Amino acid sequence: MNITLRAWRQAGPSDEGGFETYQVSDLSSDMSFLEMLDVLNERLTLEGLEPIAFDSDCREGICGACGVMINGRAHGPQAATATCQLHMRSFQDGDTITVEPWRAAAFEVIRDLVVDRSAFDRIVEAGGFITVATGSAPEANLTPVPKETAETAFDAAACIGCGACVAACPNSAAQLFTAAKASHLNLLPQGGAERYVRTERMVDTMERFFGSCTNHGECEAACPKQISIDFIAMMNRDYVKAKVNSRGNA
Amino acid sequence: MSTVRLDAKTPPGPLAEAWDNHRFSLKLVNPANKRHFKIIVIGTGLAGASAAATLAELGYQVDVFTFHDTPRRAHSIAAQGGINAAKNYRNDGDSVDRLFYDTIKGGDFRSREANVYRLAQLSLNIIDQATAQGVPFAREYGGLLDNRSFGGAQVARTFYSRGQTGQQLLLGAYQAMARQVGLGTVRLRVRTELMDVVLKEGRAVGVVVRDLLTGEIASHSAHAVVLCTGGYSNVYYLSTNAMTCNTTAIWRAHRRGAAFANPCFTQIHPTCIPAAEDFQSKLTLMSESLRNDGRVWVPASPDDDRPPRQIPEDDRDYYLERVYPAFGNLVPRDVASRAAKRMVDAGHGVGSRKNGVYLDFQDAIARLGRQAVTARYDNLMEMYNRITDEDPYQVPMRIYPAPHYTMGGLWVDYNLMTTIPGLYALGEANFSDHGANRLGASALMQGLADGYFVLPYTIGDYVAGFLNESPVPTSDPAFARAEAQLQERISGLLSMKGGRTVDDFHRQLGRVVWDECGMSRNEEGLDRAVAHLPDLYEEFRRDARVPGDGESLNQTLEKAARLEDFFELAMAMCVDARHREESCGGHFREEHQTPQGEAVRNDERFTTVSAWFWTGDPTRPSLQEEPLAFENVELTTRSYK
Repeated sequence: MNITLRAWRQAGPSDEGGFETYQVSDLSSDMSFLEMLDVLNERLTLEGLEPIAFDSDCREGICGACGVMINGRAHGPQAATATCQLHMRSFQDGDTITVEPWRAAAFEVIRDLVVDRSAFDRIVEAGGFITVATGSAPEANLTPVPKETAETAFDAAACIGCGACVAACPNSAAQLFTAAKASHLNLLPQGGAERYVRTERMVDTMERFFGSCTNHGECEAACPKQISIDFIAMMNRDYVKAKVNSRGNA
Repeated sequence: MSTVRLDAKTPPGPLAEAWDNHRFSLKLVNPANKRHFKIIVIGTGLAGASAAATLAELGYQVDVFTFHDTPRRAHSIAAQGGINAAKNYRNDGDSVDRLFYDTIKGGDFRSREANVYRLAQLSLNIIDQATAQGVPFAREYGGLLDNRSFGGAQVARTFYSRGQTGQQLLLGAYQAMARQVGLGTVRLRVRTELMDVVLKEGRAVGVVVRDLLTGEIASHSAHAVVLCTGGYSNVYYLSTNAMTCNTTAIWRAHRRGAAFANPCFTQIHPTCIPAAEDFQSKLTLMSESLRNDGRVWVPASPDDDRPPRQIPEDDRDYYLERVYPAFGNLVPRDVASRAAKRMVDAGHGVGSRKNGVYLDFQDAIARLGRQAVTARYDNLMEMYNRITDEDPYQVPMRIYPAPHYTMGGLWVDYNLMTTIPGLYALGEANFSDHGANRLGASALMQGLADGYFVLPYTIGDYVAGFLNESPVPTSDPAFARAEAQLQERISGLLSMKGGRTVDDFHRQLGRVVWDECGMSRNEEGLDRAVAHLPDLYEEFRRDARVPGDGESLNQTLEKAARLEDFFELAMAMCVDARHREESCGGHFREEHQTPQGEAVRNDERFTTVSAWFWTGDPTRPSLQEEPLAFENVELTTRSYK
């Protein structure tokens, strides 16, 4: 198959950037979208041009490194699919495909399709953990966790940290990411002791970098792991309780 | 370099007491003094993140480097099936001794008894630690932890989180480390790649790193350096590893004097999705856990082109169940891979390229119901469907072996120290615990055992000798020299303006290594590879093209630098495979097999670790051998029949 690719090119963070158009031909529909970019990049290299920079690593949808806007949608047209798992069979022969980086104030463009998502790490560092030093853990089966609780915690923990939720949000909010991280730990008995302080710290840190949630739900639609916005509601409840608690302590 | 003697520092005395006795004999560093010691950790997978978190909790100053944009991208994240531990929650006869025995046997008697025993002991602590961190392991209805079976074992000791166990364990370790970053005890640098290890008076005193966004080269010094940089399966180009997995850190350490052990011990995983097209960039693993319920078969007749569901039972060959009735579909990986290769080579391959075998869930769905199969494997079924456009609930999966894990790596002693004092290697980067073949669900176990529970004890014994000594300053000429060498190397790579892409050379290298040093090897092919690889490397230097500059993000430059190291490593692999005149585990020399095609070891000559030292010529490394003593298990021929 043959396609026309409109790709965002930007030499560096301070460069203005713009779209370039490339004809890409003789593709197999079994190729992944990123393999299509690989093929184009090899051609550009041999033509003496610079290849298009993009992040990708595991190419099986779990590391969260990849992620671009494809025709205006985070990770492209297929639901519940990271960019690396998208195949060219999702497109028609002759299509024009527009690819650009995540757009969000907190995600500075580094080059072409590569952005800086390190604000996510700051949120986790603020409270996205259970305080348990190595060696201090009790026997694992001492605390039974109802199967359903463990499954729900897992649903939240499945977040791959790709940033699609932020990219899809009209406000560039990071509520879904933060709620997924907090809920995973808050739901489990092991994480109960720090539930409120964790939520407060993570949300406060999130607000330093990201916009506000106005309940559009675009994040859930874009999430390659289909993480539910119900977790946002849970986080908001916990946050209010946390604020009340800390006022009481003041 | 050849004057270095290998001292494994294996503790004397009974195996079950060895680690406790050894820990007691190690020097301690008092908590107030720990903060004066600085330790560099390279890599943030299970081994690196767990080590960094634990060292910082103990009070050390820790500098962590990763080339990823965040520590959580490390390839441990992609491990699917599970993690072994001898908890015996199933009451099915498991014990530390049995996990030890299974691992030694699974490794085809080419690993160190004391290391493996310690690993089996620590497996218990890992599950406790991970559970306390909030790793959402699968649970029974009563709320207690669930287990499943994996290859090479007759007990169910594998803990799992759906098909994403590596992800969940890595997030646990990453979060423990993130807590220390927040506390200021770990200093984290992302998008920064290790390019060289710096030695002074024979000791590791620091590293030279390159900022991948600015190209800036910088030195960092410390009392000790810990490499947790994973394995080298990407030498084959197509593997289940992530795109950026590479050998650079351990290879550069090797060039500085660290012995590289058993480089030819590579694991070809039996259940991966076969290559579909010529521009395939990687291969995708389908978890070994699928072999719990999936049945492997091929058409009994090579010419049978009927769709799988039209082939009746009598015309199918369930070859694993036929040849290995005791273990059936759950034989270890090396055995399953070679069996698949034999079938495909004999013309029984399936799919349009005839490059796979079937893994069929029809019977499992009939026995358990579709819902139960979905609960166990849905994310894998979905991943398969996404990649191949085929529905594995309707038609059998097509699978074929692919490079997946490397048992070889930097030689380390019982303390996980390489032959360079002050330089440690953890997880897949070292060679220590899996012998010639790793059992499923044991990589996560080893990475976390090394990082949480081994290194934090053993490193104190080394740094205690440097109390009141600051790290060597980075103004030392040793750092300036290493930086200048790196600068020159980068300039050389950037001046390559030939007519072929770096990926094209990597594909070519991968084909040579796969053909001559892949699932089966022979003298003639290995000699051919050793003769040919230096020429191919020269051609790469002459004819590859590296666009762009060295002052901004340049992904081709990164690849070219890593590929250089893969070229040299490939030579070492072939030399090692040529030297080891036996078949063991993943190393199958065609000259050494039974009439039925099973591996034949040469215990008299090769109950050894081959530790290779850099001489300047990658095709002529110098060899030292560490003899392996088996005092607790009897050397037997592995049988899974």
